Amino acid sequence: MATPLIKLDNISYQYEQTKALTDINLTIEEGDFLAIIGPNGSGKSTLLKIILGLLKPTKGDVLLFGKPVNQFKEKERIGYVSQKSNAFNTGFPATVEEVVRSGLVKKIGLFHRYPKNVQKEVRQALKSVGMENFANHNIGDLSGGQQQRVFIARALISNPKVLILDEPTVGVDSKNVRSFYLMLTHLNREHKITIVLVTHDVDAVSKSISHVACLNRTIHFHGFKNDMDTMSDEQLEAWYGHAVRKVEHRNEVQV
Amino acid sequence: MIESILRYEFLQNAFASGLIIGVIAPLLGVFIVVRRLSLIADALSHVTLAGIAGSLYISQSIGALALLNPLYLGIAASVTGSLFIERLRRLYKHYEELAIPIIMSAGLGFGAIFISLAEGFSSDLFSYLFGSVSAVSRQDLWIVVIIAVIVILFLCIFFKELFVLSFDEEYAKASGLPAKWIHVLFMVVTALVIAGSMRIVGILLVSSLMTLPVAAAMRISKSFKQAIFFSITFGELAVIIGLVSAFYLDLAPGGTIVVTSIIILLLTILSKKWTKKGVLSQ
Repeated sequence: MATPLIKLDNISYQYEQTKALTDINLTIEEGDFLAIIGPNGSGKSTLLKIILGLLKPTKGDVLLFGKPVNQFKEKERIGYVSQKSNAFNTGFPATVEEVVRSGLVKKIGLFHRYPKNVQKEVRQALKSVGMENFANHNIGDLSGGQQQRVFIARALISNPKVLILDEPTVGVDSKNVRSFYLMLTHLNREHKITIVLVTHDVDAVSKSISHVACLNRTIHFHGFKNDMDTMSDEQLEAWYGHAVRKVEHRNEVQV
Repeated sequence: MIESILRYEFLQNAFASGLIIGVIAPLLGVFIVVRRLSLIADALSHVTLAGIAGSLYISQSIGALALLNPLYLGIAASVTGSLFIERLRRLYKHYEELAIPIIMSAGLGFGAIFISLAEGFSSDLFSYLFGSVSAVSRQDLWIVVIIAVIVILFLCIFFKELFVLSFDEEYAKASGLPAKWIHVLFMVVTALVIAGSMRIVGILLVSSLMTLPVAAAMRISKSFKQAIFFSITFGELAVIIGLVSAFYLDLAPGGTIVVTSIIILLLTILSKKWTKKGVLSQ
């Protein structure tokens, strides 16, 4: 069996006195499109930060491409798109091109300039998110959804195997959410990029994903999206912490 | 004017230092402003005051050190202050801005003590507070040159990394950049530029040369490259106009440079209003 791209082994995390995550086991294989869903404060963003090595778990191991996270040096193989709302100030004087090419910083390394053909790479990354005509625009002039696509292009420019997104549709207006997820599906299926995202809009994302992990401090369900339908009401209630109603429509599971 | 510059060494020193500072202060200032660290520059300039006043006092009381250039202790104080600010920012994680009033008042407090201990360096002190056209020595000029070399080298090496760090700190950390170290180096370089610029612009106004030209440039820039280009252009304009008018009108150059910067800023704001769409809109 191929080495999983991401493997969390018995992860726990504690913020001072509060337990944020307990005994998390999660394996993400190549080609997966996993949505980590859960209520506010369920530890979703904390989990992503642990995967990225931004937070050190109190207990357990994180393996990236089979290597412990602190020994994993090829960070460019993992593209990260943080929550837009707190990531940058919209008045920043930079063009889309300047932002996208900055995704190559780690790959190029210190003491080196951007290569001559960087513009071509930028155009290509922008093309794969449908933003090729915006290279010279100021980043602050774009809509929330467009900015988010630019940030994905910034992550894609270093040719990552995995794309990790934290609440990518926050600040994207609802009519564009669908096309945003379609673009992610395209990246997953055509460009063979494994995608892990954290979200609470289960409804919009459910057509795109292959796997679901239901998180509330610990993982209550992880498996194929279709198997989520088999979760009993008791399991759902235990996950969400209060009574929830499972609504099925258009083959989607909504909670 | 050109004739006077050719004739008098002090004018050569002032103009050469001014022209260099006009490049490096706004250049570094672009990063300071976009990283929302403008007030830290102010705090550091006040710490520099403590170093300068301390040095002037030492020169006065210890005969052997009478010729000590106050810039050295000024630089030392400023760099130490920058490291303390970082320490405090980590200590008060949720109230990062607290570091600024703490360091600023510490600087002013020590400054006030040294100034009152030593009596009679008021004219020297005035030139340190508001800048001077006549007090820049050849040695000061060389210090500014060395600082400029350090700044340019630092930016050549870390330009890409600083851009990422400024634009999106979390992303920088997630992509494995040594964000903490780059930031500490950045603060130290900022402290050097503040100490170096102070001879011309003065302690109280030094941060303005790092922020006002950038504030003006940001009004009309679409890209980061443009922001840097316009910041340096405006910085140089302010220094040249400021120094010339300070020389002819016998004013403190800190004042004339800052007022020129303010006028440039107002013009960019107005020009944006007049053209509605922005001077450089495509």
